[in-house]
Amino acid sequence: MYTFNIGETPEQLAQFKEVIEKYKEVPGCLMPVLQETQGIFGYLPLEVQKAIAEELGISLSEVYGVATFYSQFRLKPTGKYRISVCLGTACYVKGADKVLKRIEERLGIQNGECTEDRLFSLDSCRCVGACGLAPVMMINDEVYGKLDPDKVDKILDEYMKGGEENDA
Amino acid sequence: MVTLKINGIPVKAEEGMTIMDAAKLAGIDIPSLCYLKEINCIGACRVCVVEVKGARSLVASCVYPVAEGLEVWTNTPKVRQSRQTTLELLLSEHHKKCLSCVRSSRCELQKLCKDYGVDEDRFPDTEKLQEIDLSSSYLVRDNNKCIHCMRCVAACDHQSVSVIGPRQRGHNKTIGCAFDIQLQNTACVGCGQCIVSCPVGALYEKSSIPDVWEAIADPTKKVVFFTAPAVRATLGEEFDLPIGTNVEKKIPGAVRRLGADAVFDMDVTADLTIMEEAYELLGRIKNGDTLPMFTSCCPGWIKFCEHNYPELLPNLSSCKSPQQMFGALLKSYYCEKNGIDPKDLFVVSVIPCTAKKFEVTRDEMVADVDVALTTRELAQMISGAAINFNSLQDEEFDSPFDIASGAGVIFGATGGVMEAALRTAAFVLDGASPEPSFEQVRGMKGIKSATYTIAGKELKVAVASGLKNARQLCEQVKKGESEYQFIEIMACPGGCINGGGQPIQRDATRNTYPVNELRARALYTEDASLTYHRSDESPVIETIYKEYFGEPNSEKAHHILHTSYHEREKY
Repeated sequence: MYTFNIGETPEQLAQFKEVIEKYKEVPGCLMPVLQETQGIFGYLPLEVQKAIAEELGISLSEVYGVATFYSQFRLKPTGKYRISVCLGTACYVKGADKVLKRIEERLGIQNGECTEDRLFSLDSCRCVGACGLAPVMMINDEVYGKLDPDKVDKILDEYMKGGEENDA
Repeated sequence: MVTLKINGIPVKAEEGMTIMDAAKLAGIDIPSLCYLKEINCIGACRVCVVEVKGARSLVASCVYPVAEGLEVWTNTPKVRQSRQTTLELLLSEHHKKCLSCVRSSRCELQKLCKDYGVDEDRFPDTEKLQEIDLSSSYLVRDNNKCIHCMRCVAACDHQSVSVIGPRQRGHNKTIGCAFDIQLQNTACVGCGQCIVSCPVGALYEKSSIPDVWEAIADPTKKVVFFTAPAVRATLGEEFDLPIGTNVEKKIPGAVRRLGADAVFDMDVTADLTIMEEAYELLGRIKNGDTLPMFTSCCPGWIKFCEHNYPELLPNLSSCKSPQQMFGALLKSYYCEKNGIDPKDLFVVSVIPCTAKKFEVTRDEMVADVDVALTTRELAQMISGAAINFNSLQDEEFDSPFDIASGAGVIFGATGGVMEAALRTAAFVLDGASPEPSFEQVRGMKGIKSATYTIAGKELKVAVASGLKNARQLCEQVKKGESEYQFIEIMACPGGCINGGGQPIQRDATRNTYPVNELRARALYTEDASLTYHRSDESPVIETIYKEYFGEPNSEKAHHILHTSYHEREKY
């Protein structure tokens, strides 16, 4: 019924259709629709939000308003490697801002964005429960502690190498 | 009815009323920055707080219902202190560039800050300047002035256009379009109801004033103005005249003093529109063409239809709007008649509307009108030229576009175009009969309908103002459930008298007085006082057809006075 041109699969589109059918007549269903749709596509791009607005009979500005109000919703895709830098108190006082800055410089993206090749996406979070290792970041499920900008470089180098190998 | 006490004064109020409504009965306009009658009622700005006996804290009077025995104080030290602090917090995020702000002296925030003696420096500036959205040809959004009252969002929703909303949250919250899409690339119709709802200077029309001054100063240009019917009913408000004062006779003198070479009455092309539209309707009925026919004078409605109901485009009358007819007439007939090269003629329309600023930029319109000014912009030019508007003597519009019928005058109010068209259609079909009255289509109701029998045939008509109402009628037509042959739509609730380019009345005034009715009355009163009531009676119209177009809907008329529409994206 829809094509979004975001590299989606027919299975994802079928799932999206199911979500819409399930909730279409339910008043106030926007939140679960957004949650489940993000579960399918990983994020909520413009084309998808337009489709939600059209199907639910509400305005795009309302959909977007809700999608940007809650930090759990993403407007940008996630990368193969999801980097999450802890900006909690302990990490912050130990220099997490410098860690984040170095990653942004290296990848050429801002916090909340994804690299064009979809290899890395960058986010910040509040405490992963490893304050003893501050400053900390996670890449997918792997935790990296006692970071400084130089260590960040080395870690990213490894992943970049890995990414290229996998692509090759 | 319940009895409550407001500041010790007993007040009888209807159940379901809010404290704010009840306070009006006691002669108190509780201030507010977010409340707007029938449009926005969210209790968000906290300026309207009052003390209620027994309540734990101050309550928002715009949403708090009255009750028997309620005791309310609207002006205690606690209330004043709270309002003052709220205002000071708002100012900490407000770009206080007030001296040259379009709303200076008419800003609701500024008025309250003065009333409450606020200290604008109490909280250090936290503003970080954001980019101003200048993308559209008709409207500017300066979020640095925005106080997040949500009135513009509510006004846009009230129109069922809904292209703006809050984005992000907390300190990062801004009002605008989804995904930062520029307004010009959305389904915004340019009605400007957001502008007239804004309490501050965050929204305003894209100014065309510098272009007009430049043209006036250019000796090679002949600058001609024409002013729309609804402008005369409101321009006086900008010069502190009572709402509903008709200043038609002061407009020619004021415009001449700006340096214009001629000033015409747009009621003439309202008459011309009626000639073309009434004949088009009669032709469609006779030939069995697409019905119902929708009026096409309102560019906000046209754009709405193009975005939302492209399947109904064949139902739109092909007539250009009176503004565009005037532009086309000036650059053809008028130039030929007076030996002017159209290149040297600079045409300025003065309209109550922001959508007409967009309309002049449409590809189909080939620069027939060079610049469209809102009523507010004309007032600003008059002030800027130090013209003492209220002391001007009455003057007349310039020939050959100086005399119009009352049918042209009432174009400015909802139902006016319908009534004007019916007057002429009835005469054409049934000239012998006494003129029927078409007053059922008057008034401020969102949707009006009537059935008339003309020359033995039944004609069912409907009138909608406000796009939410228009949407209802469109849905009916789309589903094939519409019983009407002719439908008038005006995008702004109440019609052009309440257009997005009109003087902005304070919320206290809008919430208390029937502003639209008063403005409309000025037009209907003028109609009643005029010699001609039908467009076809006007001697100016007779001359134009005799000298130029031949007859309504002639080939030449089609070429110059008609247009086409195209589908636009919904998002």
